Amino acid sequence: MGEELKVIVFALGNEEYGIEVDKVRTIERLSPITRVPKTAAFIKGVINLRGLVVPVIDLRGRFNLSETTTTENSRIIVVAVEDLEVGFIVDSANDVIDIDTDTIDLPPEIVGGIKAKYLRGIAKLGEGRLLIMLNLSEVLNKNEIIQLEQLEV
Amino acid sequence: MDMNAYLSMFIDESNDHLQSLNENLLRLESEPEELSIVQSIFRSAHTLKGMSATMGYEDLASLTHEMENVLDLVRNSKLQMDSFIFDTLFKGLDALEAMVQDIVGGGTGKADVTTIISSLQIILKSDYAADNVSKAPAAAKVPAASSSASGEMLLDEFQSSILLQSIEGGHSVYHVQISIRESCLLKAVRAYMVFDLLERNGEIIKSNPSAQDIEQDKFDFSFSVFTICRLTQDELRDQLTNISEIESAVVTLLDAESVAVLSTSYAAASAEVMDTPSTSIIKEEKAPEVIHDKGKSASAAPAASTASTTPAAQGQSANVSRTIRVDIERLDTLMNLFSELLIDRVRLEQLSSEIKRTDLTETVEHMTRVSSDLQSIVLKLRMVPVDSVFNRFPRMIRDLAKSLDKKIDLVITGADTELDRTVIDEIGDPLVHLLRNSVDHGIETVDERIAAGKPEVGTINLRAYHSGNHVFIEVEEDGRGIHHERVLKTAIKNGVVTEEQAKGLTDDEINMLIFAAGFSTADKISDISGRGVGLDVVRTKISSLGGNVTINSAYGKGTKFSVQLPLTLSIISAMLIKLGSEKYAIPLTSIVETGIIRKEQILNVHGNQMVEFRNTIIPLVSLSRVLDSPDFNENDEQETEIVVVRKGEKWAAVMVDEFIGQSEIVLKTLGKYLTNVKAISGATILGDGYVALIIDPNALIK
Repeated sequence: MGEELKVIVFALGNEEYGIEVDKVRTIERLSPITRVPKTAAFIKGVINLRGLVVPVIDLRGRFNLSETTTTENSRIIVVAVEDLEVGFIVDSANDVIDIDTDTIDLPPEIVGGIKAKYLRGIAKLGEGRLLIMLNLSEVLNKNEIIQLEQLEV
Repeated sequence: MDMNAYLSMFIDESNDHLQSLNENLLRLESEPEELSIVQSIFRSAHTLKGMSATMGYEDLASLTHEMENVLDLVRNSKLQMDSFIFDTLFKGLDALEAMVQDIVGGGTGKADVTTIISSLQIILKSDYAADNVSKAPAAAKVPAASSSASGEMLLDEFQSSILLQSIEGGHSVYHVQISIRESCLLKAVRAYMVFDLLERNGEIIKSNPSAQDIEQDKFDFSFSVFTICRLTQDELRDQLTNISEIESAVVTLLDAESVAVLSTSYAAASAEVMDTPSTSIIKEEKAPEVIHDKGKSASAAPAASTASTTPAAQGQSANVSRTIRVDIERLDTLMNLFSELLIDRVRLEQLSSEIKRTDLTETVEHMTRVSSDLQSIVLKLRMVPVDSVFNRFPRMIRDLAKSLDKKIDLVITGADTELDRTVIDEIGDPLVHLLRNSVDHGIETVDERIAAGKPEVGTINLRAYHSGNHVFIEVEEDGRGIHHERVLKTAIKNGVVTEEQAKGLTDDEINMLIFAAGFSTADKISDISGRGVGLDVVRTKISSLGGNVTINSAYGKGTKFSVQLPLTLSIISAMLIKLGSEKYAIPLTSIVETGIIRKEQILNVHGNQMVEFRNTIIPLVSLSRVLDSPDFNENDEQETEIVVVRKGEKWAAVMVDEFIGQSEIVLKTLGKYLTNVKAISGATILGDGYVALIIDPNALIK
């Protein structure tokens, strides 16, 4: 038995993803997003999170996947990694589960078009359910964004 | 006792004391006769010593103790300050600062201070010689009695010369050995009583162990003292044994011969650093007989320093301004909470204007007034006088001038001008750069100045003053000024500008070249400045604070650097504008005025849009293009609202969709994830909860 890990499960398209609970600050309903000009396309803008201005990104756009449209069920998951605070737009977020770290396998090179370095691993939940665990510090890696921006210019 | 609880207090207070020591020493250097300054220096040093001893920082305490000894002599007019003493004291201060910094950084505050301590001791001893020469002739003549001395306690030459002269002058010199009962709990107190008795009846020349050690209880149950005393041998012995818990007091009368023996053996005993004869107050001696004894002794320091503690404490409590220290984080939290309140206030104002109920409107109006007052107080809480940055400069200039062999007078005005704490924290380094630059490149050497017909002492004026929403800080010197040709030559050589460009530059533009990266006109690189990295860093730093820097210079007459800084970084007045569905804020400070232009007024110059404004042609900037506005294009309109903004001397007209109005907005950052967004300096939250971005007008003007 490995350690128990509490994760928040959210959906993006047809896949289920997981983020450790202690990295998540809050889950919010969609609120009006203010566009920030001259930034990467997946950066949707900033929101007012109870007096704090927090940037919001579209995770699918971050992984270069086609972005989904927001619905009633869409949520913003605000994560805090090191000194960064960023919101992710997800299609739905409605579950907190315990998983055993032993059930997390190293990810294959590419999962659904996402590069392995963004992933921490894949957890098997049984009944054929797979949970993609995100490597948040890579997802929020700013150097890569800067490179992306330079490419766009 | 948990020292950690007191550590931050200790650090704060020792920094305060170090600062006041620094300031007062500098003042004393310019007015060496002003003994009241010495008093306050002494008080600071004494408090610092007490605090560090309590906290267990022994090196700190012992160095302060030595400095205090020297200061005590000065205070009692027994020692004339000279440049060597000042330098040593300053060195001591530097060492103290380094130790305190070490403690701040989590260190032990230990440092090797022996060199400084020994220079301080040299000062102390040479003083004794000088002091003695002046006092001795005044002493009354009394025949010397003799007795043999064989103490293991040896005298250095100054101490022995005092003793000898006292003997010659007819005073009784005794060697007193005291043993305290082993059952005694507070032996330092008993020792103090002995010192007190000896002090009242004469003077203590030397003690063993040292006064400091005895004060700190670092002695066994006996000690010995060399003293000049007006009592007879028997009187002295009786009085000493009358002190409770004193086991025995052996009093021996010393003669000249035995003193001589003691001091020779000291000289032979090599230059081991001896315990300092602390600074007792010399009283007029009346008693005729001289006795001598041997053994160990204690000095006058406990008496002297205990005596000075009380007035020091009183003096301080009288001077303490009624303030409390607050963690800056709490102020930031207060600020954040207040800004949320401000957002709600704006929302309430909107609601009440919609609902139109008189009593609601009145309440909201009242709340608005109260919160405006609250806002100004919250803002004031964060304001710190620039003095907290300026206060380290006199010392810095003094040291720099000394090392460069220049004579410089630093004149500070407006040190009470207040600036936001965040600006204060950042402005120190740029100012240090500017000042160092002025000392190194600006002010000439004494010879050059005389040759140029200027007074040999150069002047640097450091001024701070308020003007509108800005604070200006100026560094002006009467030095050599900027040599335009040399600047141009270097700029071309270093590739900052091409020769072609150089021809078209105005004087001001040439001056600004010295702020370019990789520029340095210093012919030789010095420690102080001239690596060519300083000034461009200064400009970058100042513009990151939302300010700017300008230069005025006249060759041969001097140079003035003028730094303009925003008063605060947290709440600003701004103009809210609309661009289609989006709202933006433009800081009011950079807005010159607003207006409306018709399409036919727009001129095309070299493919750039320009507009005539107040008889000058200024560029027209399309905000919708800069910000990639999704739903606004000013080309569709016949008439466009413009906001004329400025950056220094340059103006530009910015086309917007619609004005919303003026409002106090709370600056928020976009967070660490979004940095360096073009043309956006931050964000604010509007009354309706929406986030509006704040436009950086500087980015709109090229």
